[in-house]
Amino acid sequence: MRNEALASTGALRHSPDAMARFPFSAIVGQDEMKQALLIAAVDPAIGGVMVFGDRGTGKSTAARALAGLLPPISAIKDCPYRCSKEDAARYPDICGSGPLRKTPVPFVDLPLGATEDRVLGALDLERALRSGEKAFEPGLLAKAHRGFLYIDEINLLEDHLVDLLLDVAASGENVVEREGLSVRHPAKFVLIGSGNPEEGELRPQLLDRFGLSVEVRTPGDIETRVEIMRRCAAQESDPDAFAETWQAQEDEILRQIDRGRKRLGKIAVPDAILTKAAELCMAVGADGLRGELTLMRAGKAQAALAGAKALREEHLIAVAPSALRHRLRRDVLDETGSTARIERAIAEVFS
Amino acid sequence: MSGEAPPHSDAAQDAVLALSLLLTAPHLFGGISLKGAGPVRDALVADLRAALDDQFPVRRLPAHIDDERLLGGVDLAASLARGEPVRAKGLLDEVGGGLLIVPLAERLGEAIAGRLAQSLDGGGPSFGLIMLDDGMVEDDEAPPASLIERVAFRCDLTRAAMPGAKPVAAAQGLSRVAPLDEEALHALAATALALGIGSVRALNFAGHAARAHAALEGRRAVQASDIAAAARLVLAPRATRMPEMAEDDRVDTPPPPENGDAGEREDAADPGDGALHEVVLEAALAALPPDLLARLADGQTRRGSTGGGGGKRMQSGQRGKPLGARPGMPRGGARLALVDTLRAAVPWQAVRRGEGGANDDTLIFRKTDLRVRRYEERGARVTIFCVDASGSAAAARLAEAKGAVELMLAQAYVTRSEVALVAFRGDGAELLLPPTRSLTRARRTLAALPGGGGTPIAHGLKAGRELAEAVAARGKTPHLVILTDGRANVGADGKGGRAQAREDALAAARAIAMRGFDALVVDISARTAPEASDLARAMHARFLALPMADASRLHAAVSAAQPGARAA
Repeated sequence: MRNEALASTGALRHSPDAMARFPFSAIVGQDEMKQALLIAAVDPAIGGVMVFGDRGTGKSTAARALAGLLPPISAIKDCPYRCSKEDAARYPDICGSGPLRKTPVPFVDLPLGATEDRVLGALDLERALRSGEKAFEPGLLAKAHRGFLYIDEINLLEDHLVDLLLDVAASGENVVEREGLSVRHPAKFVLIGSGNPEEGELRPQLLDRFGLSVEVRTPGDIETRVEIMRRCAAQESDPDAFAETWQAQEDEILRQIDRGRKRLGKIAVPDAILTKAAELCMAVGADGLRGELTLMRAGKAQAALAGAKALREEHLIAVAPSALRHRLRRDVLDETGSTARIERAIAEVFS
Repeated sequence: MSGEAPPHSDAAQDAVLALSLLLTAPHLFGGISLKGAGPVRDALVADLRAALDDQFPVRRLPAHIDDERLLGGVDLAASLARGEPVRAKGLLDEVGGGLLIVPLAERLGEAIAGRLAQSLDGGGPSFGLIMLDDGMVEDDEAPPASLIERVAFRCDLTRAAMPGAKPVAAAQGLSRVAPLDEEALHALAATALALGIGSVRALNFAGHAARAHAALEGRRAVQASDIAAAARLVLAPRATRMPEMAEDDRVDTPPPPENGDAGEREDAADPGDGALHEVVLEAALAALPPDLLARLADGQTRRGSTGGGGGKRMQSGQRGKPLGARPGMPRGGARLALVDTLRAAVPWQAVRRGEGGANDDTLIFRKTDLRVRRYEERGARVTIFCVDASGSAAAARLAEAKGAVELMLAQAYVTRSEVALVAFRGDGAELLLPPTRSLTRARRTLAALPGGGGTPIAHGLKAGRELAEAVAARGKTPHLVILTDGRANVGADGKGGRAQAREDALAAARAIAMRGFDALVVDISARTAPEASDLARAMHARFLALPMADASRLHAAVSAAQPGARAA
């Protein structure tokens, strides 16, 4: 044995679970992304979050952190899809009716270059060849059910895969009709895509189907960067103690999400606010109705998170950039950033 | 080490140092990218293997590896032969805790890069990645950006001399070294900011590198020389801009502030606020590639622009329009065609039952029965614009040509085709925009395209052809669009003279015809002249005269002339 450093590498983490999770509340900055993730946690039907930003800005750390923070879900014990009781009622043939067990919220990282087979699921070759049995081998969509599906560099993903993912994310159900298989299974997940627009862009049709989009920027001041390094170092040297330090804040966020989920259905939406939302969409020139609907949904979730009883202007203003940024009509020759255009419109409408 | 030494002789020493740090804590650094094939790199890799003492696995990653082999899975052939599932261990499992050597890293497919990146992020076995990058600057090839970002070090050994030392791991573990103090953190953060490094991952790498360097030197606390080394090894190669403050004292005296020097300074005096930061920044600056300034000026710094491997696509059986099945093993992404496999096996059942003595109803398969699906995939198209930006063309038409390229690009990201831009003017041609789908980059490049000077058509056509060849080599279909007035007045040798220039231009055009590239010549002169159509004939290209075209008409014409739209 040459040295202890080498020796220590033999006992490296070998499974994703073994890697300590970074506490959600300990993430420095990134307020817009955190807000969008919380909204998606309160209302998963929002339709996914698209994150724009450079590499190494902690996009996946934030998403992973939220998934780890959420309380375990109870699922039917032998169900390969981690179905809840309600799911089991809808899909009686695949879930069975076993006892319930607690399982962590899944977080699936879709690798670039994944094939359709791996994503959708495919015929279980082994069983087909050995026993002639036509069995379905669940794919990544099944793994992500009731959790998060994170796709780094979604702009480099094959287009037909992106189509498919958005479609499943919107319908909450994966339908496989291939190789003589006909399978339908629940796949409700929060889709989180990330990408750097400098490296190729997503088609506008696809972008429009994401509920929210956020921009993650590298912190520009030294203090923030130092704080990030400090926290990363602290977390790496003693993950348990670090988690302990942040436990109170983590609990607070959990309570907030919990409260948000309970309140979401009861948020009142005054007509005046509806008008304002429509005006805002007109002012920025957002294509299609999806912008307005998402703006309302996100606003309600934001209000629920804040503990309000009704949707107010401040909630709309808080979520407007995320809900509308990616739906503005592209003007090839217009250099103004989308965020600036939205801020201008907000100033006009809510003056 | 002396001040007289040429800038690159330190490269090998830095590589040795980086490898030593990597050996000290492989799981913290992700790995290293070693650019430039040659004896120096071979020696370093051999030393590295020797340093590992066979205690930890070292594997080479073959470029053609498939998912099953990489991640492990069912060994189909063995399973069929034995009648029970046989699991094969994946390469990543085998290499856990050791080093994975990736030769020809610049050609690594994005699918594999994605898997490796995921594993490095903690989604699988951990390992140190040694990327051997043989990419040439001219080829515009580099390892996948997703992996480059996830390894702490990158060293360019292209012109390095043989190193005098061998990489060794530190005798003490990293845990013995105290965490960085406030001042050190600030120094690293400020340096990263000054060099325009956005990634937080890089910052964390730098912090680890400083501590590993201290461990290597047998110290328990980090001092200025450690931080300087970290800045030099981790931050400098990632620089995307020159710091403003250091500009003046750097312009003509590139000071190679040596490590020892920085260390002495630290020992001598308690550095005041900001002093450490300057030492660190200086160290990083000395390690900046000498041509960085030039590349920055061109806006050519690689920001992983081509993304994960530049969209190299496999031509084989994964996606596209289905064709018939063919015999073969379902591996490497090829999918089993179940029905065809059954069909192949059924006629032999009686014979096989007789042979094997099986008497139940199960089907008996042989490896030869397996059929895999085939698909026809259409290669991505890359439209290469060769724009004449000379004085004669520039006056009125350059703006229109720019507009047309932008419109094409806006459409390109709907059709997923790519666009590249070559401009020629004065005495040469320049690749302004390597094949890209990014509107943001294209717009910036185009806006900065100047006009004026002579018309070196020969150069422009040559540059266009070379780019087309590079594109074709990556399995995509190039489509050349040449916008010019055809009035060449600068020859292939860069000298003036209309007659010679014309001859050279025609020769360059014939070279394009020889390669059989699909081309279109658009005459953008105000009055149509025979030169441009001659050029088109020599190129076997289609010809469009657009004396009064504006941007959108030009775009309409180019779209109509695309190979896909050609009905006849």
